[in-house]
Amino acid sequence: MGYFELMGFGPKGWGLLLAQATLMTIAVSVTAFAIGAVLGGLLAWARLTGGRGIGIAAETYLTVLRGIPDLLVIYLLYFGGSSILTSAMRWLGNDGFVGVNAFAAGAIAVGIISAAYQSEVYRGAFGAVARGEIEAARAVGMGRMLMFRRILAPQILRFAIPGLGNVWQLALKESALISVVGLTEILRQAQVGAGSTRQPFVFFITAALLYLLLSTVSGWGFNRAEAAAMRGVRRA
Amino acid sequence: MDLAFLADTFVALLGGVPMLLQLTAISVSVGAVLAVLLALMRLSGNPLLDYPARGYVFVFRGTPLLVQIFLIYYGLGQFPEIRQSIAWPFLRQPYWCAILALTLNTTAYATEIIRGGILSVPFGQIEAARACGMSRFLIFRRIILPQGLRTALPAYGNEIILMTRATALASVITLMEVTGIASKLVSETFRAIEVFACAGAIYLIINFLISRAVALAERRLSPQAAPRPAAPEPAR
Repeated sequence: MGYFELMGFGPKGWGLLLAQATLMTIAVSVTAFAIGAVLGGLLAWARLTGGRGIGIAAETYLTVLRGIPDLLVIYLLYFGGSSILTSAMRWLGNDGFVGVNAFAAGAIAVGIISAAYQSEVYRGAFGAVARGEIEAARAVGMGRMLMFRRILAPQILRFAIPGLGNVWQLALKESALISVVGLTEILRQAQVGAGSTRQPFVFFITAALLYLLLSTVSGWGFNRAEAAAMRGVRRA
Repeated sequence: MDLAFLADTFVALLGGVPMLLQLTAISVSVGAVLAVLLALMRLSGNPLLDYPARGYVFVFRGTPLLVQIFLIYYGLGQFPEIRQSIAWPFLRQPYWCAILALTLNTTAYATEIIRGGILSVPFGQIEAARACGMSRFLIFRRIILPQGLRTALPAYGNEIILMTRATALASVITLMEVTGIASKLVSETFRAIEVFACAGAIYLIINFLISRAVALAERRLSPQAAPRPAAPEPAR
């Protein structure tokens, strides 16, 4: 069987399964990135405006999540979550092992790692907003919420795009680790194919190509978004 | 909180530290040498050297490390030519496959870091060296490399920390480093949270020590920088 027949959409081809797995990779990475955006935004806000205690707590979060392996975070959420769930169910009178959902555990794990990186991006972007604009907004009597919505948020997002592009690529690549807890995304599907056809090289090369495709297309998308967002900014 | 269990776990996990350090040290040091060569290829201005290096960096940074590990460990064995070659006694072992994958991966990231460092050397210095009659090689050895590496050091420190985190993936191909031992302990004791938290603490300690060592090296390598006064508290 030739490569294109094996990876095609015919009766013996793996094309459809790999396409579904690619959609799963996209779904889990986007979910993780969104979790990271919310959590990262809150962390950046805590570090910029919070008191000393909150600042130290946020700093600790960053140090821990950037210092321990991503695989360990996934294991901790998946197996730790499952053991908590199992004992909770036992307390309710239901014996036997209860596993958490691999998608949820994986997305949350990659999301809380992404949050650590995203908070740095947002903090840097906040620093790039001209101080005079904030003063001007205060001078015209804007409230804090209105100032955030009209002045800060749009500009922070604009300056954050390049950094967010990098963090997105990290989330995309970290999503491959979720395969170890059994989520059928690209790498897991490639493993299954490699096992049943005994052609591991072909399947893992295909997986690599799919990741390259995803990262190239999304990199191009972020470049377009950056160009669009920066069109009104004069740069040195 | 079962302190005796935590202490036993911690000691058991420490048994994986030598493996972790070996994987990191070998891949980072071989990767550094390869990265200098690739950075020079990128900067040579010769498209025949530049484009292969660019392609290498693109491929290895655009795909997940776990895919690269699987491709080398499971994928290469698909070909009888490789199974009969003299490299097979090495490529058959998960240890050498992990080292190969980690080395190839860190080389790609380090290439960009070193390229950035080399580009930061002021051109006036190179002009001055030429005016003194230094040869190209001598300029590289005495002027460009020492200063470029010094500038690249902080980013390189981050890369070393990322590599210690990445060694955890070697556990997926059965290597018994810290994460591998932790997974084994979890399957024996079913106490996922305590065991993985202990493993996380070990990674944090190692990464803290590495970041201190890099900071020390930075200070040692910049004798021209006068001891800085204590930084004032940044205005919030």
